[in-house]
Amino acid sequence: MSDVVEKTLTALPSLLSLDSQSGSGKLSSTSKLGSLIRGITELTSKHEEEKLIKRELVAIKEQVSSPNTTMRQMKEIMVRAIYCEMLGYEASFTYIHAIKLAQQGSVLEKRVGYLGVSLFLNESHELLLLLVNTVLRDLQSTNLIEVCMALTVVSQMFPKDMIPAILPLVEDKLAHPKEIIRRKAVLALYKFYLIAPNQVQHIHSKFRKALCDKDPGVMTASLHIYLLMIKESPDVYKDLTGSFVTILKQVIGGKLPMDFNYHSVPAPWLQIQLLKILALLGKDDQSTSEIMYDVLDECLRRAEMNHNITYAILYECVRAIYTIHPKSELLEKAVKCIGNFVLSPKINLKYLGLKALTFVVQQDANLALQHQVTIIECLDHSDLMIKRETLELLFRITNGQNVTVIVEKMLEFLRFSNDDYSTIDLVGKVAEVAEKYAPDNGWFIQTMNAVFSLGGDTMQADIPNSFLRLLSEGFDSEEEDRHLRLFAVDSYVRLLQEDPAKLPQRFLQVISWVLGEYSHLRDDLEATTVTRLLARLLDLNHTSNETRSWVLTAMMKLCEGPACAALVQQVCDRYTGSLDTVLRQKAQELQHLSQDAELRSRVMTRRCTLEPLEVDSSLSFLDGFVSEALAAGAAPYKPPHQRQEELSQEKALSLEPYGLSLPVSLSSCCISDRQSPTLLSVSSGNSTDPSQRAAPTTLKLDGVKRVWGKQGYLAQKEVVEEAAQVEGPSPLLSSSQQGSADSPQTQTPTPEPDLQRQQLASALFVGLGAQNAVCLMGKTDAVPQRFRRKPRGHGSSSGSVERSSLSSHSLLGNNLLDSTNIPSDEVVSPKNTERTPDLTATNGTCDPEETPSPDETAAHVLPLTSGIGMETMEPATHTDPDRPRNPCLSSHLPAELSGMARSDIAPLCSNRSLALSACTVSTEDTFLLILFVSNSSDSDVQHLLLQLTCTGELEVSCLSDGAPEELAGHGVAVYKYSLVMKTPSPQVELAGVVSYEMPLGEPQAAQFSHRLYLTDFIRPLPVSTEEYGRMWLSYTHDTKQNLKLVQDDQDPLTATLNALKEKLQLHVVDIIGLEGIVACRLLQGQPCLMHCRVHDNSLAVWLRSPVLELPDCLLYHYQKALQEH
Amino acid sequence: MQFMLLFSRQGKLRLQKWYVPLSDKERKKISRDLVQTILARKPKMCSFLEWRDLKIVYKRYASLYFCCAVEDQDNELITLEIIHRYVELLDKYFGSVCELDIIFNFEKAYFILDEFLLGGEAQETSRCQRSRGSAKRPGGDWTDIDPGLAFASITNPPTPPPPFPSVSVVYICRLFSYFAKMLCQQFFCVCVYYPYTPLQHPR
Repeated sequence: MSDVVEKTLTALPSLLSLDSQSGSGKLSSTSKLGSLIRGITELTSKHEEEKLIKRELVAIKEQVSSPNTTMRQMKEIMVRAIYCEMLGYEASFTYIHAIKLAQQGSVLEKRVGYLGVSLFLNESHELLLLLVNTVLRDLQSTNLIEVCMALTVVSQMFPKDMIPAILPLVEDKLAHPKEIIRRKAVLALYKFYLIAPNQVQHIHSKFRKALCDKDPGVMTASLHIYLLMIKESPDVYKDLTGSFVTILKQVIGGKLPMDFNYHSVPAPWLQIQLLKILALLGKDDQSTSEIMYDVLDECLRRAEMNHNITYAILYECVRAIYTIHPKSELLEKAVKCIGNFVLSPKINLKYLGLKALTFVVQQDANLALQHQVTIIECLDHSDLMIKRETLELLFRITNGQNVTVIVEKMLEFLRFSNDDYSTIDLVGKVAEVAEKYAPDNGWFIQTMNAVFSLGGDTMQADIPNSFLRLLSEGFDSEEEDRHLRLFAVDSYVRLLQEDPAKLPQRFLQVISWVLGEYSHLRDDLEATTVTRLLARLLDLNHTSNETRSWVLTAMMKLCEGPACAALVQQVCDRYTGSLDTVLRQKAQELQHLSQDAELRSRVMTRRCTLEPLEVDSSLSFLDGFVSEALAAGAAPYKPPHQRQEELSQEKALSLEPYGLSLPVSLSSCCISDRQSPTLLSVSSGNSTDPSQRAAPTTLKLDGVKRVWGKQGYLAQKEVVEEAAQVEGPSPLLSSSQQGSADSPQTQTPTPEPDLQRQQLASALFVGLGAQNAVCLMGKTDAVPQRFRRKPRGHGSSSGSVERSSLSSHSLLGNNLLDSTNIPSDEVVSPKNTERTPDLTATNGTCDPEETPSPDETAAHVLPLTSGIGMETMEPATHTDPDRPRNPCLSSHLPAELSGMARSDIAPLCSNRSLALSACTVSTEDTFLLILFVSNSSDSDVQHLLLQLTCTGELEVSCLSDGAPEELAGHGVAVYKYSLVMKTPSPQVELAGVVSYEMPLGEPQAAQFSHRLYLTDFIRPLPVSTEEYGRMWLSYTHDTKQNLKLVQDDQDPLTATLNALKEKLQLHVVDIIGLEGIVACRLLQGQPCLMHCRVHDNSLAVWLRSPVLELPDCLLYHYQKALQEH
Repeated sequence: MQFMLLFSRQGKLRLQKWYVPLSDKERKKISRDLVQTILARKPKMCSFLEWRDLKIVYKRYASLYFCCAVEDQDNELITLEIIHRYVELLDKYFGSVCELDIIFNFEKAYFILDEFLLGGEAQETSRCQRSRGSAKRPGGDWTDIDPGLAFASITNPPTPPPPFPSVSVVYICRLFSYFAKMLCQQFFCVCVYYPYTPLQHPR
């Protein structure tokens, strides 16, 4: 120590002499910076300031370039330059000098130089490269301050490419004896991890060492890295949970030096960091969560003081408690905490309370009920932020009953808000809620009108798109569709008649599309009127060209009759000369169409809107053009990915691991339904989430565990009951009295405004009580969602998809049952086609080994008898299974197939004399259908002919030649067919006719049909990961969707894939962490690849195939398989 | 943290620190927009602001507004405390800080900020460590003289920042008392039992 003192003493003389010169601290009034600042404050106008700064900059420039300027003066200059930059004037000529100063100056000058660099340059600036050498030198310096400075600047900014140059030096500093150096080194590594994570991949063990550092400061710094890494892959760091808990325990227990206290709270920043980490680790993981219950409890208990910092910790704690696996005691305490926040008079805490509620109500909507009064107060708060947060909360508790009130509140807010970002956000939410819970057509259209006019042109493009799609695709009933469309047309015509000038462009586009498409539905509305209204839009000054082309398209659909033609002609005259090419083309088209009625009727058919547009995505109609071009010497087209691939192959070997070449950001593209739908999007089969469809009116709880068990909520029962009462038949009238009688908060006689509030409360929180019943009793909500989108299938298959999904429960496991459809009146009763469970049971008696004998005619009896009759019939078939006339069909299987896996033999149809049964045999590369025709009468059957009518999707080839024309009494004929699916579709119906002649009768025929599923035609595709990677890149058609994850404690991904494998024959190529890749192929057809990734309790799958339909159809079966599981 | 801005009630920028790479133009636009928005807010309103996709936390101290932008997931209250802590540090350094201190010595305010918010993350170290860390450099002129002295200041436990040097006997006396204190504290430091037990690193 003494040498330090000595040095200081020797330095003192120079200190004395220096002081007069340097203007530091409060003495700076004499310095140049001081005079500059004073000069600026004395000025009155911006213009003068500009002049002054210009002069100053010129002076600086002069001084900087003069060789006589010392480093000390340079420092002074640099400070002035920084000041000028801060005022918004560019001083780019000083940048290089800042670097020079950092390089050559002594300690303080260096420091100013570094400061200048970090303020002037940003991460990608090229001058930053010049700094690398300086940093490198300073890192090796023996002067700790220089090392510190270098590390500080590195942790602020450093060129990404140069990281390897200094990484070893920074790593060395991790073992430095000084705490402050170690801490800064860790933070520098944190910065590296942020900008280039794979560069520091190899030093993970050193992070661990930093975490174990004996100095709490270094340990804290390392937590920043851990938080980041755990966010990315929580599973890898589960083993550290215990360590984090230990640290937090020590921190809370006051084991840190007093220095770390902040307002007598021990290390609050550290605590919050740890709580964040614990929340991430305990998410959806019961065993890990259990480790941390105690410490969270302790944390809640210790944070008692009334200071912001304790509230910050409490808030983080509550968030952690709600994120991890729930524990009722903790939840109770957390609820109390949230209550304190919400009820606090401090506005900041109230805001946080509301925010906490928004994530809590996702798990338990009833919590909102407790704070109804506060929420309503906040809804009228003068601070827009509070208001917005309240709306966010209301958005989360929206249901079918309170939607009108909530949407009204949201729209009210929108009318006042002038912030683009919140408008966009809120408009999206209103549209989402309106679509989901709309009580009737009129309301829906009006709400959407408000959305379009308030949202203006900033709103996301998918809102109008999905609205139009909703209109065009329609819902379940024709009548409803018509009604909705009519309503839209009416309201738009009215809007256009009023004042279209103030409507935003997007809205005008929607209006013109709807009018073009549906105005014919309204009989009393003439096309001319509409065309005239549309023409007015064209004349408006502010109408954009894009809107104009929408209007012209609408006119094309409308122009009919001579009156219209004249009007259209006017329009065309104006726009055929337009400078905008699109407009000009549209106008030309319009002109031709309006003149040529025949052409128009051919092109503009009033198409049944249910039929999706056929898009020839292969652009086959261009084939002729392409071949001509090729013949003329043009280069063949390569898709972009192929080009890229070739490029990269030419350049160098790809050293990147396979996992990286897959676009990993699946989650971002498929979490929200909001991003994907567009009008003509060919991907994504069913855009509505499967789980969303299952529980249409409830909150969006899918993926969120219902952690709020019975016991946790019982204490609050009165409040719930109150709400349930409020919810009664006439909520608006009765609630106010009931509310005042029951509500604990408003015991006093209610003045007028309170009354209003209570009415509002009952309107807002209606339906939540009902949900409570749901949550306690495990029922599902019965109210159907109004605008349920149809799942989009492809072409003709869409209808059957719909049908089968409706009746899927009865179809499953008894596929053949509902297809028995035989015209001969005596054979099968009409009731047989109904899918009642009883019937399945009766028909289930047709064991594979025995076909029902015609004598019994069980089916025949059915329509006449009641359920009892069926029961009596049922045993009858079982009583004597050894009837001589029940031939064992399986013995008739062709010998070569006998050993193979086959489905049960199922009856297709039967009548008195003939019975038809079928079974399927799957082998690796074939799919065989075996049909058994058994003669159940005593006499011979002649002229037996079996014909299969194949639809477009299937290719059927008969394998058995020389089928017998005659069939002796009780004989069995076997037919063998090989089937190949040409066009993928979820299921196909194979229909056929068997015609025959009884010896003494007319020729007869029986029709039958057999349903086959895509699953039958799917085979595993054994490929290696590398092959998979190559194939993936070369396929163009893809579909993304989120699927339900099979709940499994160990490994939900594997469990889910196994469940899929059970139903479909898939080849699981590889599973890496949370991602898996799977391949399969269509029998004798194209492959389909699947990439799946676990994300937030759901499985984000991404299918790719060269065939357009295959991914969609497969997804359908995936969903089905997972539902059954 | 994304960035931090200090500006006066008149909307004049006093300090700006950006932790995310943005172009000059964007920076200017953001600070202009933000200053306007915040100045328009009434004192009774809450200190948090959802702004674009960021969360803005601001607080007014006398005529100065301190404003931080954090991500949506971050804890707002602790950000508010970061601001408060920074003001405390400035206060400690300048001694009842006022706007003028920051205007005239903005580079020192930057130095303190750099020590406190490294790479956008608040440092959990003892209060004194921080003031010491910043004292040795911005306090500046005597560290200029002898790096060894600066070295000493870093190696030693918490000390109050020395006042700015003035040419007087008082200063020399203070310097001596300062070293005496330093020695005492080092001795004290050795004796202190740190109860915090670091984790065992798996070997």
